[in-house]
Amino acid sequence: MKDSKCECGHINPHGTAFCEACGKDTGEIQDKKNLLDMRYEGSARRSQTYNKSIIDKIWNFFSSVKVGVWLIVITLTASAVGTILPQQMYIPTNVLPADYYKDTYGWVGKLYYQLGFNNLYSSWWYLILIASIGVSLVICSLDRVIPLYKALKRQRVTRHEGFLKRQRLFGESDSLTNEEMENIKRKLKGKRYQVREENGNLLAEKNRFSRWGPYVNHIGLIVFLFGAMLRFIPGMYVDKVLWIREGETKVIPETNGEYYLTNEKFILDIYDKNKDNKAFEKAIDKAGNVVKNYQSNVILYKKIGDAIPGEKPKLKKIKEYPIQVNKPLKFEHFGLYQVDYKLDELNKMSFSLTNKKSEKTFGNITVSLNEPEKKFDLGNGYSVELMSYFPDFEFDENGEPTTKTRIPNNPAFVFKMISPEKPEGEVSFVAIKQNIEPFGDNLYKMTFNGIETKNVSALTVRKDLTLWVIMIGGILFMIGVIQGAYWNHRRIWIQHVKGATWISAHTNKNWYGLKKEIQYVIEDTNLKEPHDQINNEKKE
Amino acid sequence: MVALSSNLLYIAFILYLIATLFFGGAIKSKDQDEGNQKQKTNGWGKIAILLTIIGFLSQVGYFITRWIAAGHAPVSNLFEFTTFFGMALVGSFIVIYFMYKTPLLGLFTLPVAILVIAYASMFPRDISPLIPALQSDWLHIHVTTAALGESILAISFAAGLIYLVKFVDQTKSSKRTFWLELVLFGLISTLGFVIISSTFSALDYKSEFTWLDKNDNEATVEYNLPAITGPHNWELKTADAFEPLAAMPAMVNAKKLNTVIWSLLTGLLLYGLLRLILRKRISASLQPLVKNINLDLVDEISYRSVLIGFPVFTLGALIFAMIWAQMAWTRFWGWDPKEVWALITWLFYAAFLHLRLSKGWHGEKSAWLAVIGFVIIMFNLVAVNLVIAGLHSYAG
Ligand code: HEM
Repeated sequence: MKDSKCECGHINPHGTAFCEACGKDTGEIQDKKNLLDMRYEGSARRSQTYNKSIIDKIWNFFSSVKVGVWLIVITLTASAVGTILPQQMYIPTNVLPADYYKDTYGWVGKLYYQLGFNNLYSSWWYLILIASIGVSLVICSLDRVIPLYKALKRQRVTRHEGFLKRQRLFGESDSLTNEEMENIKRKLKGKRYQVREENGNLLAEKNRFSRWGPYVNHIGLIVFLFGAMLRFIPGMYVDKVLWIREGETKVIPETNGEYYLTNEKFILDIYDKNKDNKAFEKAIDKAGNVVKNYQSNVILYKKIGDAIPGEKPKLKKIKEYPIQVNKPLKFEHFGLYQVDYKLDELNKMSFSLTNKKSEKTFGNITVSLNEPEKKFDLGNGYSVELMSYFPDFEFDENGEPTTKTRIPNNPAFVFKMISPEKPEGEVSFVAIKQNIEPFGDNLYKMTFNGIETKNVSALTVRKDLTLWVIMIGGILFMIGVIQGAYWNHRRIWIQHVKGATWISAHTNKNWYGLKKEIQYVIEDTNLKEPHDQINNEKKE
Repeated sequence: MVALSSNLLYIAFILYLIATLFFGGAIKSKDQDEGNQKQKTNGWGKIAILLTIIGFLSQVGYFITRWIAAGHAPVSNLFEFTTFFGMALVGSFIVIYFMYKTPLLGLFTLPVAILVIAYASMFPRDISPLIPALQSDWLHIHVTTAALGESILAISFAAGLIYLVKFVDQTKSSKRTFWLELVLFGLISTLGFVIISSTFSALDYKSEFTWLDKNDNEATVEYNLPAITGPHNWELKTADAFEPLAAMPAMVNAKKLNTVIWSLLTGLLLYGLLRLILRKRISASLQPLVKNINLDLVDEISYRSVLIGFPVFTLGALIFAMIWAQMAWTRFWGWDPKEVWALITWLFYAAFLHLRLSKGWHGEKSAWLAVIGFVIIMFNLVAVNLVIAGLHSYAG
């Protein structure tokens, strides 16, 4: 099918409902009687014009607002389902999810788990829903914005009678004097309308830019979704936890060994009702202990030069920083966040080499539980060797000593005690409250002397290079919604037709405001207030 | 400072009550003719809005003095947050009142605000210290902006309610009349909650239970209402207290359930009494109040409030929330229930706008959507805090 020429001379693309320039009904689309559907200026939208090929069909599907709204409503409902029971990431990690859901919530929990709702927000179908919304956003926007832009650009001042009559606000009056027209024009300009004139007819228009609001906000959403997808590209996103003890220096993961961190001290403060704000007293009495601060005092180092393998790298101090919740340490693209802690982890244990009979001691040793030394020379022919070390000791199924984890929760040691009497050494197995002599009676024993504890901080190591894309998406979205919501596109036509003066007006929203503005503009003239023809339509 | 602060809140509360009466007077004595856009506000209406403004200023005074006393913005527990929501609701109403000059909107909005504030004061009012995650300016910016957005959206509920009260045919009972009554019943049950909680708190009723939690550990709980539903394996520790009628499984929070049951029962009682006195549906008895209002105008107000509120809500409940979450929880989004419900609310209002703009859902349909939107907001405010506890949950 071809483009068609209107009687005003303008050539309209195929599918146009009323002429882009003068507004005359092309007879192609809309019925003849009722108010014009002004939403997209009657412009020829692809989705309304073609429906043959498979591409047309897909295009039409995604450009339909009905489909868009369904997608939104389904996503919304699915999201709600995901809040009925806690998602898997919020349940304890020391139990099997399948068991947890069944044991805690009975058959409901079991079903929830079987349907995969425990990881709903990362399920393939949820992601498809979000992706479809994204596709729909792109297509529906393209389908509308281009024809709308063209139509608004091509509009003429003088409109066809049918166009004027079929506006929602329409009125007829006796012909106005020039003076009155001037008066109206002045007031329109005062209300910041752009007034165009042609043969004594007026088109006053303002805030056309607000029509682009939805498209700007949709672009914002797409940028946002795009940003969220970037996370799956390796290197864009880092999410690691670094457990670091007081006094310890560790390489920061994912920094290519470039950065090191020392944890000087972990601090946990509780509100003190006597020292802190008196106003908190009652609340503290009720709640018991309320935490005031979690803080890790750290020092950040950067490695200088190339380290020789096996040798300690040379470090340059970059900065000292107290990391608190809400106050991460930032460097390059990384952030270190205070997320967890452990108080009083065993750090060192000390023992004395003791003669069992005389109770006489021959020197003390202190074993560092994280990096134990192998040999302790006590002089005078006395020394102790650490033969084996089990930081988190238990017996395995064969009754052999083994360690559950690398964390010194329950340390146990096998010592070899060397003395002038026994230069070849005696073996002693020492654990908390245990002292076993595997090879018969010893002369000496290791007596427990004391412990030293340290706090441990857990810091999340975060790098997120997608943030700025997401931020731009958010900002665009806000600009778009504000643009579309806080301004309205208003047009007023005043035209001389057959010895009378007609007024018609259109706005994309807020008719109340438009009517008030018209009242003000035509005050003191003979122009009658236009009727709201939507009321006639309702009564029919 | 703390005492001054509470008094200011109290004054605001009373002023809102009186202002509501004046708004009622403004309707009654009005020669509002339909379609007349240049409505002149009459004397009653002027006094009403003046009282509302003074009440609002008094509540702002409460907010500022409490801020000074606490050293942080008072939006950090359920009482403070909900009160703030009530204040924002009144503030939004004042702004929209000056755009449309409809006293009727006051007659419907102020009672909601009053109810919200009364509801808020049923929760512990102590000034609470902030745990580390909450010590962030972004949190306060997020919470206040979100509440402001929600309050503007709530105005659309009030306008939608007016629309429905006028529009729905009350001569015969239908699905519409049923749902409308249910909405009003919801408001009445909130009143029921306030009445029953303050009654028993005035009587100083307390009963203590020990019970077994879901890990079979013994725990204690104190009820402030007589127990209908008792906790799992309960044992009553207080002499002369009522024994529960039924014990709940360990995963159900029996105390909260008990409160809900009491509120609904009281609500039912109130509702029944009202029906007995009025001898017709509550919405039917409200109809005379709205007979002079122009339906197109309230429809416009309802839509306008959504348009104004939606960007504010997006900014506060999603964008500022993400900024805070990024700092406090290391990621801007974590699918925490409260976050998800903010997303749901946002999607819902997006659907509302699309239906209105592209599918021509005006008038009645739009009014129902405004009501549903408010129900979702309230669900997020009340149920998600109380039932689905997540990172944000304020209440104990
Ligand atoms: C979460 C998703 C979405 C959000 C938050 C959103 C937001 C918005 C907003 C705020 C408006 C302006 C409404 C008004 O001014 O009354 C709008 C308009 C619009 N949206 Fe969306 N939208 C979303 C998804 C979609 C989808 C999936 C479609 C596709 C069918 C779509 C199609 C449209 C259309 C056609 C308009 C009207 C444009 C006009 O007539 O000028 N939107 N959108």
